[in-house]
Amino acid sequence: MSIYDIIFYLFAAITLISAFFVVTIRNIVYSAFFLLFTFFGVAGIYVILGADFVAMVQLIIYVGGIVILMLFGVMLTNKITSVAIKTGTSQIVPAAIGVGMFAGILTATLVNSHWRKVDTAPLLPTTQSLGLMLISEYGIIFELLGIILLIALIGAASLARK
Amino acid sequence: MIHVGLTHFLFISSILFSLGIFGIVTRRNAVMVLMGIELMLNAANINFIAFARYGNFGLQGQIMALFVIVVAAAEAAIALAIVLNIYKIFSTVNVDEIDTLKD
Repeated sequence: MSIYDIIFYLFAAITLISAFFVVTIRNIVYSAFFLLFTFFGVAGIYVILGADFVAMVQLIIYVGGIVILMLFGVMLTNKITSVAIKTGTSQIVPAAIGVGMFAGILTATLVNSHWRKVDTAPLLPTTQSLGLMLISEYGIIFELLGIILLIALIGAASLARK
Repeated sequence: MIHVGLTHFLFISSILFSLGIFGIVTRRNAVMVLMGIELMLNAANINFIAFARYGNFGLQGQIMALFVIVVAAAEAAIALAIVLNIYKIFSTVNVDEIDTLKD
């Protein structure tokens, strides 16, 4: 068992255990913090897969941005001092059965399929090639994403301030 | 123990996706539903990047993962603004109590 495998299992355990706590723990603030650990573990998995730039983007946007946004959402919509911050759950047993069956089918399908794999290339830095692709063949989509972010910014601000 | 390969990453992403669905269907708070959606988007991203590494696609999977991250950020901002408005109008963010459209 190489060091690569050990690091993979470490990050996989971080991701899955904290994701489990995100969806099961009662206190919503704790859920938000476990969500942070989940995103951190996913960033580690990206690094293991050789996607260094995407991992840094994941850390900056998800861990630095979206989790903070979620925490603000929690703080603005719940009275922190009351007990109502422990959110209710509904229909756990049928949901657990259904999702368990779905997870079993999905996992069995994905794992038992014969994917056409190529030999893995050596891990190289990807930032330069990603940047070149973003401004050449994916240039239009890149610009459209900029417009989407601008629209989301204006829309969120105008929705939230009335 | 077998060597870490493509199926390990697919297993992780399918379990993460299922946990996201579980969070969406069981939690009553709208912010928790958003967290479930983020978990599902992350699972899809793991699949994209795993196939970018083990499939014959070059870096296109990583580009798609970047696009998904951008759209997820926009979606989180808009959704939280909507949740804030719902809280102002209904004084609650429990998704099973906001059923005005049903009447």
